[in-house]
Amino acid sequence: MNRVFRVVIACVMLSASAAYAQSDATRQKGNEVFQYWCATCHGRGAGMPGTIALTAKYKGALPGALEDRTDLTPQAVRFVVRNGAAIMPFFRKTEVSDADLDAITEYLVRRSPQPGERANTGR
Amino acid sequence: MAIPPGVSNRDWQTALQQFVQAVGESGVFTSDEDIGLYRDAYSPLWEEPEERLASAAIAPTTTEQVSEVVRVANRFRIPIFPIATGRNLGYGGSAPNLSGSVVVDLKRMNRVIEVDDRRHFAIVEPGVSYFDLYRHIQDRGLKVWIDCPDPGWGSPLGNALDHGVGYTFGAYRDHFHSHCGLEAVLPNGDVIRTGMGALPGAKTWAEYRYGFGPTVDGLFAQGNVGIVTKMGFHLLPAPEAYQTSVVTVPRRNDIVPLIGLVNELEHAGLIGQPGYGSPLAARRADLEELLKRPGGPPAEDLDRFAQEQKLGSWTCRLQFYGAPAVIAAHIAYAKDRFTRDIPGATFEDGELLRFPLTQEQLDSVRKVAVGIPNLAAFGGRRGSDGHLWFAPVIPKTGEAVLEAQRVFMDVFARRGGPALISPFSMPATWMYRAFVFLMGFPISRSDVTVNQRTRETMREIIKVAAEHGWGEYRAAPAFQDDVMAAYSYNNSALLRLHETIKDAIDPNGIMAAGRSGIWPRHLRGRRA
Ligand SMILES: Cc1cc2nc3c(=O)[nH]c(=O)nc-3n(C[C@H](O)[C@H](O)[C@H](O)COP(=O)(O)OP(=O)(O)OC[C@H]3O[C@@H](n4cnc5c(N)ncnc54)[C@H](O)[C@@H]3O)c2cc1C
Ligand code: HEC
Repeated sequence: MNRVFRVVIACVMLSASAAYAQSDATRQKGNEVFQYWCATCHGRGAGMPGTIALTAKYKGALPGALEDRTDLTPQAVRFVVRNGAAIMPFFRKTEVSDADLDAITEYLVRRSPQPGERANTGR
Repeated sequence: MAIPPGVSNRDWQTALQQFVQAVGESGVFTSDEDIGLYRDAYSPLWEEPEERLASAAIAPTTTEQVSEVVRVANRFRIPIFPIATGRNLGYGGSAPNLSGSVVVDLKRMNRVIEVDDRRHFAIVEPGVSYFDLYRHIQDRGLKVWIDCPDPGWGSPLGNALDHGVGYTFGAYRDHFHSHCGLEAVLPNGDVIRTGMGALPGAKTWAEYRYGFGPTVDGLFAQGNVGIVTKMGFHLLPAPEAYQTSVVTVPRRNDIVPLIGLVNELEHAGLIGQPGYGSPLAARRADLEELLKRPGGPPAEDLDRFAQEQKLGSWTCRLQFYGAPAVIAAHIAYAKDRFTRDIPGATFEDGELLRFPLTQEQLDSVRKVAVGIPNLAAFGGRRGSDGHLWFAPVIPKTGEAVLEAQRVFMDVFARRGGPALISPFSMPATWMYRAFVFLMGFPISRSDVTVNQRTRETMREIIKVAAEHGWGEYRAAPAFQDDVMAAYSYNNSALLRLHETIKDAIDPNGIMAAGRSGIWPRHLRGRRA
């Protein structure tokens, strides 16, 4: 293997793992922000207004807790946080900043199909 | 982006630059997208021309920055409107009274200055939520409780400044009453501290309210003479245990001795917040014929139904706090009193909970009753876009409750549509010495006719309440003029005093114009 090629490979691997580490950190932060701002209504336990409402909405077709969903799209999460949904009000940027919202989104869509493999992106 | 009313474009541009100098780029919000987030999510005027909208928002992080922002606003006569955590849903959200105001958003001032669990107080900044303060206390194992309202994302400071209320013990539930000392920025940028705080190096700011001389703290709650940047609160020492006992009384007219006795227990400090209800409320369908009777259902018929169904007419959940032995003694005493005064009274005791609670107990306890902030109150409202609160204060007697039921049911009968009140409706009991006959009127973000209807009903019901000597303790901006107009004793002498004070402290009328129906001189003619 020539030297240039080896360097290229190393660079690619480095940047891939850096990207991976970065999205890991973003998800971790997303998890924290979600627990602080959203889990109080969307958590898994009892007495959670968001979880109760979504359980009723989907009648078992989808999980009630947002963290268990595998169909959420980034667009849907962003839209709801900035526009509200029924009784859920929208959030100001002094509460959930754009960076926080990016992180929450990344966290909530972590188990959704990647773009391209997504069967149904429409909501 | 809208320009604040009465401000030239040139001044506005200069002011925006100076706001940026005061708080930095990241603290100034001017895009339509960002400002839209300051709309009241439960606005009764949503999307209509009269909706109250901000022109910009500024988010300072220190008292010095607040002072600088206020100086800039005063220089250019820019209307400003402070919010703490801005979650005043049902009473106005984070939107200003006057459209075009710049919202001063204090969410980023979020330091817990001090919590003392030997003298039992806390001092907090505006952006500290109930969740934050609770966590601060838990993380340090401090032996104090907070008293929180239903929504835990609000703030002790913002809630108290709208005379908000909670759920645990005695006067701690009246959050402005339980405050002690505050720091505020006046419309000219001056920073004051009230009570003992006026004494440099004071050692008892959050313990002794009055300091020396007249107290002015009340001007800052539901008022518009300054921006509060710190506030002290008395806290309840963490009790050892908690237990409920639900008393059920058989007859409709037992409501009078029931409330009388509960008052006595409560005002003597034996119980926390009482929670009234009626087992008949769930049986309204079976009682339809009776309920349709002109003049309301006869008490004897309701009593007969209750007896046949083996239901009581009224219940009250009594809450006991303290050492287990003290709780046991208080429960025994309460039972003795009810049994003597109300024949047929029965009791159902809850489990004695000792703190700290187990996970299982935590999952089932009514969290606000034990000072744990949460958002459960947003549950059970599916299909709703929110609601507007109507909150008239009525006397703490059975007679007053029955009268309020009749008076408000008449309003609904006259107006048609679903009634929010039935002969089984009971008032909210947050206040220590009065009831609030709370109703939540529907609002919609997609159907303006719902909001129009709600507004008409609100205007009418505020008047009807006033005719009976009941005034609201709080209201959304769209109705603050109506509510203030009801407080009209001696040709509105109190409002006139408020206006005199307003003009003296805020001659340019920049601060929260219109809050509680108090308008600055140059806007007084336009009062709705
Ligand atoms: C389902 C539901 C249940 C509710 N239950 C309760 C309840 O149990 N008890 C209760 O009290 N309320 C209740 N509310 C109403 C409201 O949500 C809470 O009172 C909430 O705490 C108010 O919002 P906040 O704490 O964020 O205060 P903010 O919105 O920050 O402040 C309230 C108002 O005070 C003024 N203000 C705020 N900060 C300052 C400042 N620094 N200087 C000067 N003025 C200032 C402003 O006019 C502001 O609009 C409920 C609402 C809903 C939707
Ligand atoms: C006050 C409680 C509350 C809070 C806090 C809250 N939500 Fe919600 N949320 C709800 C409710 C209730 C619904 C269901 C609305 C309905 O009836 O359709 C909902 C719906 C949603 C939906 C739509 C899901 C679907 O399939 O329709 C998303 C996405 C969402 N919330 C994300 C969030 C995020 C992210 C946060 C935190 C930044 C958050 N929510 C905070 C109450 C809340």
